[in-house]
Amino acid sequence: MSLFWEVTLALLEGFGTTCSIFGLTLVLALPLGLLISFGTMSKLAPVKAVFKTIVWIIRGVPLMLQIFVVFYVPGFVFGVPIASRFMAAIIAFVINYACYFSEIYRAGIEAIPFGQTEAGRVLGMTKGEIFFRVTLLQVVKRIIPPMGNEIITLVKDTALARVIMVVEIIKVAEKFTARAMIWPLFYTAVFYLIFVGVLTILFGKAEKKLSYFKV
Amino acid sequence: MAFLEVKNIQKSFGETKVLRGIDFTMERGEVVAIIGSSGGGKTTFLRCLNFLETPNGGTITVDGDEIFNAAVTYTDAETREKRLRFGLVFQSFNLFPQYTARENIAMPLYLRRAEALSRETGVRRLPRAQKHELQEAARAAADDLLKNVGLAEKAGLYPHQLSGGQCQRVAIARALALSPDILCFDEPTSALDPELTGEVLRVIRDLRRDGHTMIIVTHEMEFARSVADHVVFMAGGIIEEEGTPAEIFDHPTSEALRAFLHKETEF
Repeated sequence: MSLFWEVTLALLEGFGTTCSIFGLTLVLALPLGLLISFGTMSKLAPVKAVFKTIVWIIRGVPLMLQIFVVFYVPGFVFGVPIASRFMAAIIAFVINYACYFSEIYRAGIEAIPFGQTEAGRVLGMTKGEIFFRVTLLQVVKRIIPPMGNEIITLVKDTALARVIMVVEIIKVAEKFTARAMIWPLFYTAVFYLIFVGVLTILFGKAEKKLSYFKV
Repeated sequence: MAFLEVKNIQKSFGETKVLRGIDFTMERGEVVAIIGSSGGGKTTFLRCLNFLETPNGGTITVDGDEIFNAAVTYTDAETREKRLRFGLVFQSFNLFPQYTARENIAMPLYLRRAEALSRETGVRRLPRAQKHELQEAARAAADDLLKNVGLAEKAGLYPHQLSGGQCQRVAIARALALSPDILCFDEPTSALDPELTGEVLRVIRDLRRDGHTMIIVTHEMEFARSVADHVVFMAGGIIEEEGTPAEIFDHPTSEALRAFLHKETEF
């Protein structure tokens, strides 16, 4: 029993790191993604091209590779090593997820009929008023299911941080294999499943909360 | 000088000339119906009046105040202020789905009143209590407007809970809330089932009785004949013919109008 607790406590600590990567990535990538989506929808052709290219590169290269790039390139190329492994992981995750989120935002925004914006205009509303009071909630309603999907993927992608020795839950479990224990690795699934279960319930609640209107 | 004077309005989309110089005047309290085939420029003309399209040429003057001149570039703020001279009711209603009928009317009204008060008092951020007061006043005004279009009991319902005819009546009330000088209708009954057009047309008739100045783009010839003081026939981006309903419907002179009326009454 004491071995089980030892493993559980160690995994919980790793899971704390997993949750930190998840939380920080979410908080930073959600707004950054919105900005990137505005870039990809820009009326200025060069701006649009730049943002589309960024999204293409980020979505076109494995996240694992991006983590390596963020971790090694500042040191090797510019001679300024990145301050911490954890920070490198966060930067890579934020950029990667912001690009995926931006495409979800774009799809959500472009799905709103233009008549909504025009109605706002003829009622004398400013661009900001139209975005915040007319468009935003309709976009949120539309993007909850795809966002839920992407955010659940993020929970499990955090495991990639171990490639630069960030000690998240899988990394912790791997250390036990040196003591000829494989079960802690499988045990990590319980943590992920509980976390994703909670998220699934939260997304279900959010969806229900916005079911009072139809778009 | 007429209440609304439109001079030589032109609008092209790329190579396509949609409006080829519209000259148009109307008086306060007058009701004008615009008829014509699809693609004749009727909707584009209304959209130009409401600043949803920027004409390539021409001027628009309301009550002696030149609100648009193609030679001048306007800021967003100027455009916003000037377009409030006009109201527009869309074919597809364009109600905001996340707001109740009452809030659809009250929200834009509150925003404009809050802006006006801010400007008057020089206070950028109104105190919470004052905002609340303005919101309540806007809701009360919305309820009154809903009563006028026969929807007092529907105030708390969302657009998806209303019929098309009811949605359009809410949209009319919403446009009226901002007290436009001229209220425009872009085929207000075209998206409705036939049995629902009557309730919307009735509301427009009531508005006429109350002296509202209106421009109505419509396919309902009988309605145009009975509600309008003046009928304009548009074809090929110009005003082909205009006159009293009797002149237009009973004594059309141009070949295009005759052909159009023949087609419309064929069924």
